[in-house]
Amino acid sequence: MSDGALPRETGLSATRSLTARLVTGLSGLMIVGGLILALAAFAYGRAAARDAFDRLLVGAANDIAASISIRDGAPVVDLPVSAFELLALAPDDRIAYQVSGPKGAVLTGYEDLPRPDTTAQDSELYDARFKGEPARYIRVTRRFAERQFSGTVEVIVGQTLRARTQLALSITRNALGGLAVGGIAMLAFAIIIVHSALRPLERLAHRISERDPQDLTPIRAAVPREVDVMVQATNGFMGRLDRQFATMKSLISDTAHQLRTPVAALRAQSDLAAEEDDPARRDQIVAKMHSGTVRLSRLLDQMLSRALVIHRADSARRERVDLRNIALDIFEEGDHATLAPGSEIRLEIAETEVPVLADELSLSEAAKNLLGNALSHGEAPVTIGANLRDGRARLWVRDAGPGPTPELRARLGERFAPGHSDTRRRGASSGLGLAIAQSVAETYGGTLEMESDAAGFTIAITLPQAEEIT
Amino acid sequence: MIRALFSLTLWLGLSSAVAAAEPEAVRTFGPDQPARQITLRTTTDVNILAPAIEAFLDTQPGLAIRFEQWGSNDLYDISEADCASGKPGADLVISSGVQHVVKLVNDNCAATWVSPETTALPKDLRWRDQVWGISREPAVMIYNRALVPPEDVPRTRFDLVDLLRPAQSPYTGKVATYDIADSGLGFLFAFLDSQEASTFGALMEAFARSGAVATCCSAEIIDGVAGGRYLIAYNILGSYAAQAARDNPDLGIIAPADYTLVLSRAAYLPGREPNPTAAKLLDFLLSPAGQRALAKTKLIDPITRDGGGSDSDETLALQRLIALGPPLLVATDTMKTARFLERWRDIFAQ
Repeated sequence: MSDGALPRETGLSATRSLTARLVTGLSGLMIVGGLILALAAFAYGRAAARDAFDRLLVGAANDIAASISIRDGAPVVDLPVSAFELLALAPDDRIAYQVSGPKGAVLTGYEDLPRPDTTAQDSELYDARFKGEPARYIRVTRRFAERQFSGTVEVIVGQTLRARTQLALSITRNALGGLAVGGIAMLAFAIIIVHSALRPLERLAHRISERDPQDLTPIRAAVPREVDVMVQATNGFMGRLDRQFATMKSLISDTAHQLRTPVAALRAQSDLAAEEDDPARRDQIVAKMHSGTVRLSRLLDQMLSRALVIHRADSARRERVDLRNIALDIFEEGDHATLAPGSEIRLEIAETEVPVLADELSLSEAAKNLLGNALSHGEAPVTIGANLRDGRARLWVRDAGPGPTPELRARLGERFAPGHSDTRRRGASSGLGLAIAQSVAETYGGTLEMESDAAGFTIAITLPQAEEIT
Repeated sequence: MIRALFSLTLWLGLSSAVAAAEPEAVRTFGPDQPARQITLRTTTDVNILAPAIEAFLDTQPGLAIRFEQWGSNDLYDISEADCASGKPGADLVISSGVQHVVKLVNDNCAATWVSPETTALPKDLRWRDQVWGISREPAVMIYNRALVPPEDVPRTRFDLVDLLRPAQSPYTGKVATYDIADSGLGFLFAFLDSQEASTFGALMEAFARSGAVATCCSAEIIDGVAGGRYLIAYNILGSYAAQAARDNPDLGIIAPADYTLVLSRAAYLPGREPNPTAAKLLDFLLSPAGQRALAKTKLIDPITRDGGGSDSDETLALQRLIALGPPLLVATDTMKTARFLERWRDIFAQ
């Protein structure tokens, strides 16, 4: 990460291109769709052909039925040529016909033609075979009620299926031809569209690769909404990187700045102590050096804690935390004993859970800093507590003193408050502690609240209450 | 009555089937020891088809052709029997009884064959790629030039009717036509004439009144006209008439000017699969070389008019090419045929 360039992750090669995926997907879709459509077109074509040619059969059969007359008490068929000319509109199909009288006696035509399963209707179409080929038949019944003859005469006309099949196939072929042209056009358009849709991505990749390695400013590019999501994510990521860089930089400069003065003072005092002959004065200098070292160590703690808090603000997962646990842990740890020996600390926590969504460690650091401030600058007794107030979760520290001056309060939250003669020593550490507490509060959507009353001064990290786990 | 008619036709059918055992003539073309042999069954006279057969055999060394000449009804009966048994006795059948061939094709007795020659045929002369028309022969009237004065020569059927109308017409009993009960071709011509309803009715009536003669066989009728026994014959196959007219200048030929039926002899390849050699013979007959050979014996005949007319557009328009197709099935219908024959007999019995 030193030069800001992301090393290519080995072991993850680029997956198939979007164009290839789209083309494969579309082709598959069109093949499946084409098959379904082909079947549908063939079914439709067959139905259409069947309807068309069934009409020929009906016409021919009626023509023949109309040519039946009664002569000498028996039905006579004068087979009309027109019926066969009609059937010859299916030019390559063979024709079966039969006219039979009462009791199925065949009057003329083919002797043994298949009959329909039912005999209910006067006119019925059915499928059967005719001399080695599938065929379509119609049976028409004509009833005679004459003096000489009373009964029914049946006409059966059949025709093979070549013309029907041809018509059905040609309908299917035409439909599929159109479909194929449409499909190819769609595929071509799809490829073009994919290319043009992916162009912003290429442009973006180009811009990113052209960038200065140190440049972590947000990418500004007009991109489609879908790609914008990615750009936003990248910008967020770079923003985090940038903040962490900045944090590191400021930490380093702060540390250098903060440490220079106390270390120089310690050095000067140690020089003095080395040259001092008077044991009483030397002890005095050593005592000063000791308290200076304690302050320095506390300063270091705070700076590390601040670095930790800022780092975690961006990186740590937010978890459900009970603020009472934090208060309790700090109370029980007893770190304050080293900071302010002999001081009295009280714990005052609510009976019910005080839940927030935050990072426990950050909150704990912030609270410790507040507690440290109270112990250093406030008046005993110091109380640490957690409770809910007005729907907000509070982690607070109270001392019996008046609290910081309004002037100081106004400057709270700054990183530290250097160069102020009066507060140079005290304010530096307390300012840093407050800054930590404030930034933690803000990180998790809360505020740092201060209030003074007769009982003393209270400073509280106020956070939104986490919702109940359902 | 109807029943009697049925048994009559049945008897006729049976008797012809019995008589159909033998072809009228058999000749084998080609080498004595042929490598291959095919059988051709046809209604056509050997002599008339011989030039075409020989021209084909010139291109096919080692091939012999057994040529069987049959009567048209007999040929139909044996072909039908072959089809029913599934064992074709011939490799190629060419019949002037085109309605019979169409019926055989409709009964699924024919093999399919497609070649450039067959597809070049006009639509009317092929059906299902199983039957093809190989010749063009007009149905003509013939007369004896020596005995019929030029002003009497009928140009149309109406002329013929008019000629027979007078009670004392010299043509009474002197007009001949095919006996359609015996001749499949005669039946077909008469049947197709009957579809030109008005003319046919008048003609039949005239024939009946004048005692026209229905008799058998082209050769007999043509000889009768040439010899003066008949003065005029109606619906004679033009190819035979033209052949005879070469030898007998007294024979006049008229293609009726009202309309002229043109027969195209139907060929089909019997069985499920075509015999390739027979298919080659078919292709040859349809090819320009084959058609030239057929033209030599007038099987491809420009309609001849008395006095040597030519194929003007007008005469072509009046040609009624007999289309090979399902409508010809009507001419094979038992009841229709029986009724038609009955009517015919009624007329000629008078």
